Order: sequence, then C-alpha cells, then structure tokens
Amino acid sequence: MTTVKLDQVSKLYRAASRAGGLTPALRKVSFELPPGEVISLIGESGSGKTTIGKVLLRLTKPTSGTVTFDGTDITTYSGRGLREYYRHVQGVFQDPFSSYNPVYRADRVYDLVRESYFPKVGAREWAARVDQALDAVALNPGDVLGKYPHQLSGGQQQRLLIARALLLDVKVLVADEIISMLDASTRVDVLNLLVKLKRQGLAVLFITHDLSLGNYVSDQTILLRHGAIVEMGATEKVFGNPQHEYTKMLLSAVPELHRKWQHSPLGPVPVAAGAALPAAPDGAAAGAAAVTLTRASLLDELTHAEQVVKRDLRAVFGARRAAASGRSQVAVALEPPVLREFEPGHLVADPE
Amino acid sequence: MSESVSAAPVAEVAATGLPAGPAAASAPRRRNDIFYYGLRNRKLLFGLGLELLLVLVAVIGPYLAKNPPMQITPFPLQHPGSRFWLGTDITGYDLYSQLTSGLRESYLVGALGAGCAALVGMALGFIAGWRGGLLDEVLQLITNIIVMIPSLVLLVVIGSYLSSKSILFEGVFIGLTTWPWVARAVRAQTFSLRSREYVDLARLSGKRAVSIILREIAPNMASYLFLVVILLFGSSMLLAASYDFLGLGPTNVASLGWTMNQANANAALNYHLWWWFIPPGAMLALMVFALLIANVGLDEIFNPKLRDQ
Amino acid sequence: MSVTVENLSVAYRSRRGDVTAVDSVSFSLADGEIMGLAGESGSGKSTLGNALVYLDPRMRAAGGKVCVDDRDLPIADNGAMRRRRMTEVSLVPQYAMSALTPTRKIGKIINDLLRSHRVADRAAVRLELRRRLELIGLGEDVLDKYAFELSGGMRQRVTIIMSTLLNPSLLIADEVTSALDVSTQRAVGEMLLEFRDRGYVKSVIAITHDLSILAQVADSIAIMYAGRLAERAATGPLVDSPLHPYTQALLASLPEVGVRHDQVTLTGIPGRPPSLANPPAGCRFRDRCPFAFDKCAQTPPFAEVRPGHLVACWKVSADHSVTARPVTEHRETADAVTGPVPSAEEQA
Repeated sequence: MTTVKLDQVSKLYRAASRAGGLTPALRKVSFELPPGEVISLIGESGSGKTTIGKVLLRLTKPTSGTVTFDGTDITTYSGRGLREYYRHVQGVFQDPFSSYNPVYRADRVYDLVRESYFPKVGAREWAARVDQALDAVALNPGDVLGKYPHQLSGGQQQRLLIARALLLDVKVLVADEIISMLDASTRVDVLNLLVKLKRQGLAVLFITHDLSLGNYVSDQTILLRHGAIVEMGATEKVFGNPQHEYTKMLLSAVPELHRKWQHSPLGPVPVAAGAALPAAPDGAAAGAAAVTLTRASLLDELTHAEQVVKRDLRAVFGARRAAASGRSQVAVALEPPVLREFEPGHLVADPE
Repeated sequence: MSESVSAAPVAEVAATGLPAGPAAASAPRRRNDIFYYGLRNRKLLFGLGLELLLVLVAVIGPYLAKNPPMQITPFPLQHPGSRFWLGTDITGYDLYSQLTSGLRESYLVGALGAGCAALVGMALGFIAGWRGGLLDEVLQLITNIIVMIPSLVLLVVIGSYLSSKSILFEGVFIGLTTWPWVARAVRAQTFSLRSREYVDLARLSGKRAVSIILREIAPNMASYLFLVVILLFGSSMLLAASYDFLGLGPTNVASLGWTMNQANANAALNYHLWWWFIPPGAMLALMVFALLIANVGLDEIFNPKLRDQ
Repeated sequence: MSVTVENLSVAYRSRRGDVTAVDSVSFSLADGEIMGLAGESGSGKSTLGNALVYLDPRMRAAGGKVCVDDRDLPIADNGAMRRRRMTEVSLVPQYAMSALTPTRKIGKIINDLLRSHRVADRAAVRLELRRRLELIGLGEDVLDKYAFELSGGMRQRVTIIMSTLLNPSLLIADEVTSALDVSTQRAVGEMLLEFRDRGYVKSVIAITHDLSILAQVADSIAIMYAGRLAERAATGPLVDSPLHPYTQALLASLPEVGVRHDQVTLTGIPGRPPSLANPPAGCRFRDRCPFAFDKCAQTPPFAEVRPGHLVACWKVSADHSVTARPVTEHRETADAVTGPVPSAEEQA
C-alpha cells in the first residue's frame, strides 16, 4: 500500500524570531497519508502547514525526522530518483496564476511533464492523454489549450494544474490553499473534483486555514498550532466533538450563515495597572489590578483569546523555560505537546 | 453512490456554446502588447532608425571610398570638396575613408565588448543568483575585485607587453573589464525570480538547474537582458574610442578615436581644421545617442507603468 | 437617510474601448447601518466602494449622484473630496495591512495623516487614539513600532483605527477580513460592530466576497453581478430566503462547518461572468441562470418585491411567490435553489 508517512518531522529556521527565542516552524509532526483519503491540514498563519507541504514535495529539507514514501526515506532521492518521486507525488499551490510562467502558453506545463517523463510518447498519443486528463477535471480542451495564462480564469488555471498531476501516475497530491484565490462559484467545483479523485484512489493532503472547506472535503483532519499537532482524527469526531481549547476557539470564530457568533462571559481578565478600561455597558468597576468582568466587551474577549495564544508561545519558546529545565533552548523549542487518545480515531494534545 | 461531479462536465460543456467571454482574444495579449506599443513608440523608432542608418553607412561607406583609410595621399590638408568628401588631414589621409572605416571598427569593437561582457556577466550572475551560499559569496568577491582594478592602468600595463594590439584584443579586454555590473544586476534578478512558483513547478516536473535557469528564469528577464546588451554596446564603443583617443588602442587601423587622437595631437582645433575632428566625434555621439534613445523607448514598451497613454 | 446613491455609474477606458465597471447602481443606507456589498471578482463592488472615497484617475464618474448626510458628495472632484476624506467618508483599502509605510513608525504615520488633514486639535485626537487602541487590546507602545513588527491582524486593526480616527459618517471597508486567520477575522468583524455601536462611524459599507462574514456583521446585504445590483435586503431575509437566482446559487455553493460531501453535495455556478467591455443586452446573469426565459432579453428593473427586499429579476418580479422558497438551515433539499435542474443526488 502506498503511504506517505511523516515521523517526528521538525523544521527550525536559523533566524531567531522577534520574541527573542527560537521559533520552530515544525515540532516533531507525525502522521500518515493513506491512499484514497483526503486529510485536511488546518492551521492559521505560522502554524507550519505550508512547511509540511514543502517538506513533502522536497522543496525544503526537514531539520530532523523522516518522511517516507512507500517505506523509503525521501531525502535519499536525488537526480533520477527524485524525478521518479515526482511521478507519484505532486503539488498544486495557492495562486494559480503564479504557477504559470507568464512568457509561455499555459499548456507548456504539460510539455514540461512530457519532456521529463514521456519523451518517447508520440504526439497523437500524448494529445489523447492530455484530453483524457482534462476530461477528468471537467475542462473542455478547446477552451483551455493553446491559451496564455491570463486568458484563463482562476478556476480553469487551477484545474489545469490538477490535470497536470493526473498526467503523471500521481498517488499523492499536496493541495496548498488551492481554493482561497478562487471565486465562490468555482470553489465547490474544484472541491468536488478532489472528492472524485480521492474516490479513484488518490491521497490528498488538503492544506487550508478555512475550516468549512476542510470539513466538506476531508476524511481526517489535523489541526496545527505553532508547528505542533493539537488535535487530529476523523473529521466528524474532531469537528463534532472538539476537545482542545484551540479547536474550540477556532470553531467558535468561524462565521456561519445561519448562526451568529456566540459571546460568553469572561473569567478574570488581567488589566495592566493604570490602563483605562473601556466603559463596560453595565458599569463594572475600573482600575483594579485584576478585574472580573461578568459581561465583557466583545473585543476584550477576543484579545483575551489572542493573549492566551501569545502567552503560550512565549512560555513554550522562551529561554527561561529552557534554563529551568536544564536542556538546550532548541530541544525545548522543538518539544511538541503530548498527543493522547481521547477516543478511537481522535487524538488530542495536552495543553501547553 | 452517485458521481458527485457528474453535473459539472455537463455544465462545463454547455458553457462552451455560450457567447464569447473575456478569453475570446485569439492572439496572446502579451506579444500583441509589445508589437502594438513598439510600432507606436517614437523614441524606439527614431533611435532604431538612426542606428540602422549609421550601420548602413558603416557597411556601404567604405566601398565608396576612393582611397584606403591608411594610405597617404599627396594632398594633405584639403578642405572637404568633390575630390575628398571630408577633406584630408595633415599627413594626407582621406578623412572620409577614415570615418567610414572607423565606424566599422567601432561597431566591431562594440559588438565584441558587449558580447564578451554579456556572456561572462550573465553566466556568473545566473550561477550566483541561483545557487546562493558559498558559491555566491566567492563570485561576489571576484566581481568586486574586478571592479576595483583600474582598467586604464591595466590596459597600459598589458599594452606595453604586446607588440601590436588588434581590435579583437581591445574588444575582449573591454568585455572582460565591464562585466561586473551585468553580473550584479542579473544576480539580483535571479534571486528574486528563483522563488517564484513556476520555478517550483518546473522542479516538480523533474527539471534540472540549468534547464530552469535558461528556460524559466532567463525569459522572464528577457526585456532586461536586452536593454543590458544595448547599453553594453554603447558603452563599449565609447570606451574603445576613449582608449583610442589616448593612444592605447590599435594603431594600424583607423578608428574614430584614433582620428580624434591625431587631430588633437596636431592641434587641429587651433588651426580650425574642423573637418578633421568634428566628423568622428559627431558620428560617435550620434551612434551612442541613437542607442540610448532606442533604449529609453524599449524601457517604456517593456514597462507598462512608463507608458504615457 | 445617511447615505444615498442614485444611478451611479463608473467607467474607464481600456484598449478594447469603454468599460462600465459600475452600471447605474442605486441604494441607500440608514444611520448606523452596516451594509455588506458582496460579489465575485469583476462584479464592480470594489470599484463602487472605492469610487465613493477616491476615484482612481483612470476612472471617471459616468453619471448619477451620491449624498452623504443630506449633502452632495462630489466624487468626481478630487479637490473637493480631499476635504471630505477621513472626516465624512473614509476608506480601509484592500491590502491595507500591507500598505503601511515600512520605514516610518506607526505613531509618525498617524501624525502625518492628522497633519495632512489639517486637524485642529491634534492633542485631543491623540488622546482618543490611545483610548481606541486600548479598546482593541493594543497598548500605547504600538505607536513606537514599525509596521513589520506587528502581526497581520494587528496591522489590519491599526489601519481601521486610522481610517476611523476622525469619526467619518461613512466607512468603506474593502475586503478587510480577507487575508486573515479565522480568529483575527472575528476580531476585526467584532471591531467593526463595536465601532459602529460606539458611534465612531455612522454607516459602513463592507465589501467582500465572503457572505458568511456578512451574515455576522452586516445589517443588510447588496449582491452585485457584472456591474449591476442583483439583490438587496436585510441580512436575515437575504440569507434565509434569497430571491435572485444568482444569490441562491451563491449561497448554495458555500461549504459550512458541519456539512460534509457525503451528506450534501454542493454545486457551483457553471460559466463565467460576461465581459464588461461588451456586455450582453438584458439581464447579465441570463446565460448562467437556470430560470432564464425570453423576457430576460430586456434589462430587469431593480424593484422592491417585498418591503425592504429589492431584486433585479423578471421571474421574481413576475411571480415571486413561486421562486422565493426558503433555504433550510442544513440545505437538505438542494432542489430549492437549483430549480428545474435536478440535484446530483436525484440524478443517481
């Protein structure tokens, strides 16, 4: 069975972050991508989701950990071996227009594939294969072949790129935010296409920040925060019964058509000494060192969530914690929270 | 289980029968753009036209000359007239012949110098920009060293060891001393282009570095590279003329700079021998001027923001 | 009425000829109303919103008039508009968070703004600025920072504060939540609501393609298609019972949390919007509309078919009781929106 497997993959960038400590992009991430499944990798900016995609596509090397494809470590590939790897693992990126070289016609991306992988295939046979791939993504060859990228719509560009992956015998598709730059009316078509391809056996890593897209299309969901997995499992379980604070926070923030954002009363909100409190509607006391607002202002609640997130970050990556534990700052920074099984098929990380 | 996307292909096919949308343009807009603006840009047309005219003179002119350029005629210091179209100098050289031959030499040395500098500069620039890291540092070091070396002094030193200097030597010398700014500019552009997504896609298509540089990155710099070559051409010509003027160029051929050198050495200005020193200087100025005007025009064409529409 | 727009048209010249990006659009906003202006790319929503504050030199106002607070807003006159900007009308442009000058501190940028708008009592405004920064959880120290030292969400909120510092009557917010993470999106959305509640702005036009954010933040929604208004109504009625076929199709194509592909199959809208350089006669949605019939060859009027609910559709104005079926919460019945076209599930 063809599987992509990530095992304790970490990525540390050399430049130190603004906070003064080291900010790792990935912290010992492990998961498997079996065939015929769509796995959503959901995270906000800075979560490391794009880095995972790049590691999988061999566009960047992990600092530690292994990625195996069919049992072989992908970092051992080079030259011809790497080219063979790309026959099975391909990627589609966020901005469809940027994926095309503007000086050439759009279907040149197919010529590149042909030159590298099918040099001996005849012209007519190749044209037939291209037509077949285009048909699989519901594009009319007459509409899209021979055109320049700026003459095509975003949806057409994106689907052309997916068809390119189909021309190779691709087993794994890394879809990095492929929907976000498309119009609402074409988004669903591309999503439905992914579902159809998955049913034909393709494994898809669907990287996104949009929870509703992930919910629609994926079988498994992995939530990333600051480079580590905080919750993962079957999509219905993760979205239906979220356990981690972060997941719950994200779900409560997603705007929905038929349900307004819920506002809940807040616990103690530490207030900086001397700061002027915004006038709370029911005249809560102001000026105390720590104040319990029973009906907080809406914005206070949200900045509280942000402060919680920031506090975690500083606590986790700070040099002080490293000194306290006696380990190197890098070792401390790379340590992810422990994942525990909440129920079969649903893992939740300990709070950091 | 129903095929969830079955509705989509039907709908997509139906869509093709609809009246033309924005993608109806038959010819690619980008190529059209270049030609459209190119043919309407006055600066480009003027510059190119003038330059072509001068090239024509350089090619045909020498055949119309009555005397070889370095042949001493027995009629020194003649005013321009029907016998000697541009007169003669103090030694008796036919100045028209010298001018047209000088034009030819200038173009030759310009092409040589530009070609050399472009080749070396682009090669090193691409390599440094693509690879980065230690190789880039080393190449930058070499570039900076070349920049620091005063080329005039170098020319004097090398020249003193050579028994005779040819146009070929001059051209190659200019090429090998002016490539640094090309390399720097190409390196900077390559750096920025190599992180584009279509470069990643080429990697994902199994393409190797050389192929990606030549076929993905370079074409996106094509307009810039074009302009670089034009500017190199002009500056090579000027540099060669200045070397010749100082007497550091080849002395067995008549070049524009050499003619001006002779005129200066013989105080042509004081003696009002205008037909000796004005034509070569004016020609040189015109050649470079035409190139620069064409360059400005090309810049406007390639950069939509500069168009005054 | 706080804001009235009557038959506004905005056009620009291109190599292919005159393009009318906004075609005779009319609507009005009450005091304190947040209106969402939704549409896909090319619909003209950004052009419309931006024209109310700053008419790009390549564009020209091709007709109509705008009134803010019962006074005429001379959008075509840049000089006159300069006096009104930031004080009467203000804009948070698209990609605003990337548009902050990277080489000046935030505090200095705001100072420059105040100076260029000839604000008389700068000290009072600065005090107010500090109060508002605290409101969104930013301390005074942010004024000493450079733009790149703040996160994307923080930058977005700072630009909103800058644009509303002088309490404009009308704020145009162009895709202010687009490039943000989900949690920051909510913070920015709540911020708009709070600012409106506190009276820092009177009315807001929020331009976006994201209908679900509008469902949270907007009091009313206007849908634009190919330069014209397709539908306008209060948020509740528009989201629960959309009348225009385009709106219906748009809402039906939105994935939501809790909806999986094996429960409900969503469908997109086939085809593409028409080219505005040479728009078709009559209803512009005609070629993609499942309900199109011969009358659609004439341009439908933007008419009120129910109190407060305006639609530009012949089918709806002719017999709106037939097509205006409510969209249920979980969209189990896809046929409510796709009409005569059978849903994928029924086809199987």
